Amino acid sequence: MNIEPIGGIAHVYGDNIDTDRIIPGKYTKTLDTAILAAHVLEDLDPAFARTVRPGDLLVAGYNFGCGSSREQAPLAIKAAGVAAVIARSFARIFYRNAINIGLPVVEVEDHAIQPGDRVSVDLAAGIVINHTRDETYHAAAMPPQMVAILAAGGLVHYLLRYGDYV
Amino acid sequence: MAQTIAEKILSRHAGKAVRAGEIVIVRVDGVMATDATAPLAIQAFRAMGGVRLWDPARVFLVIDHAAPAPNETVANLHRLMRDFAREMGCRLYDIGEGICHQLMIENEHVRPGDLFLGADSHSPTYGAVNAFGVGVGSTDLAGAMLTGKTWLKVPKTIQITLHGALRPGVTAKDVILRLLQELGADGANYQAVEFTGETVQAMSLSARITLANMTAEMGAKTGLVDPTGLNLDYPFAPVYPDPDAEYSRRLVLDVSALEPQVARPHAPDNVVPITSVKGTPVHYAFIGSCTNTRLEDLAAAAAVLRGRRVAPGVRLVIAPASRRVFEAALQQGIVQTLSAAGAVFIPAGCGPCVGSHLGVPGDGEVVISSTNRNFRGRMGNPRAEIYLASPAVVAASALVGHIADPAEVG
Repeated sequence: MNIEPIGGIAHVYGDNIDTDRIIPGKYTKTLDTAILAAHVLEDLDPAFARTVRPGDLLVAGYNFGCGSSREQAPLAIKAAGVAAVIARSFARIFYRNAINIGLPVVEVEDHAIQPGDRVSVDLAAGIVINHTRDETYHAAAMPPQMVAILAAGGLVHYLLRYGDYV
Repeated sequence: MAQTIAEKILSRHAGKAVRAGEIVIVRVDGVMATDATAPLAIQAFRAMGGVRLWDPARVFLVIDHAAPAPNETVANLHRLMRDFAREMGCRLYDIGEGICHQLMIENEHVRPGDLFLGADSHSPTYGAVNAFGVGVGSTDLAGAMLTGKTWLKVPKTIQITLHGALRPGVTAKDVILRLLQELGADGANYQAVEFTGETVQAMSLSARITLANMTAEMGAKTGLVDPTGLNLDYPFAPVYPDPDAEYSRRLVLDVSALEPQVARPHAPDNVVPITSVKGTPVHYAFIGSCTNTRLEDLAAAAAVLRGRRVAPGVRLVIAPASRRVFEAALQQGIVQTLSAAGAVFIPAGCGPCVGSHLGVPGDGEVVISSTNRNFRGRMGNPRAEIYLASPAVVAASALVGHIADPAEVG
């Protein structure tokens, strides 16, 4: 897990982005993350998979990732090169899945990020800086259990290190 | 300390009294993954260094999302699951046995008071049998396969009390759709929902499953149904909330005047009474999913269609919840009635509901479905429009070729 500040261009979407719009169910029956990346956000923004650059940030409104438990949703976003997801709130399974696979997720209820803004995230400090608008937003605190999993680099590495939930 | 059902079940699994807001490490009673989630879980389990399951008798794999395999990629994922189950000695339900949640309840793998983890978002379904069912992703599931434990934040609980008798033709599906309209897509995010009241206490197990199942569409961590009136084939010790338990919200609904409800495209909480959408032409009617294809759902559809045929230009597809449901429906003549009316039966499983297998709608087509989600692209085509309703409404709509109230097609 990269806990150095992460920065990139913001791709901004609305509320209630469901997992079918993140990665349609018809593409999820695979272990090949390149296939997931090729179809990420296909029914929401068909141009996204072509225009996203490594290090870019995905920004959304409330209840991001609602719907299915498919871990392919955060995997598709991560495989596309997105460095972190910032949303006003997250659906609970998506939030856990993202942390478990090592995709940083940042809950910021009051952000005013617009498409194309240059934004950086400092996970350790819990802040998001919008360089385009010269604004700083504070992230909601993450449960300590999740901080421990993130710090280990995801749940696989956490359990490899500790052998059990501690 | 007065506790909700969620607090009681989690306290027993944490080995200490816990209350909402606490983060706890808990032992689990069982875990389940499907062909949509098991392959990634198996991969993560191996990456964690897993060589044996914490308890092979409590790990269940189900091939239901794309079954039988539609292509070689999926066929190989199914093979991976079969090989893993054989190697680890855990139970695998193969193609056509049924939908995961139905199988866990039918086969008594999940019981009252249990904490059960499912790598499927509709795992709150287990609240129908008074168990704390929670949906997780593949890596969380792998962690539980390895350790028999997971971590959870003890949720606050929203209490929903239902009064009054449902009108004939109005079902638990209509109730949960109406509640979704009230609470919204994230109205219960991170929280548990408890259902109580005389309407709930009089409900069948099948109706309770429908209610608990769609708390997932409110974002709920779990949906727990009052065990009063719960009939199971084995003795059990029900878990009730304490009378003075603390709730984050209390909602009371009188259902006696409720009419059938319909969720319009493209969100399950975009719900209106059927009068607002009556007459919308439909091309495709689907009865299926963990929400609504049990015996009483098929019987409700058969009651509408007995001795009649679906409208010209409409196709009716049915995927039973399980082989056991299908066989019971055969025995009672329900399958014959529906087939004679023009219904096409496909294997027991999830299939069309999740757009991964069979029954994909065409561009611009309108679907009326007894399932739980109508997100854009859900059934495999982003240019289709999906309406959600009860099996009786789906059957009535298939009969006349447009969205219709079953009470008006008699």
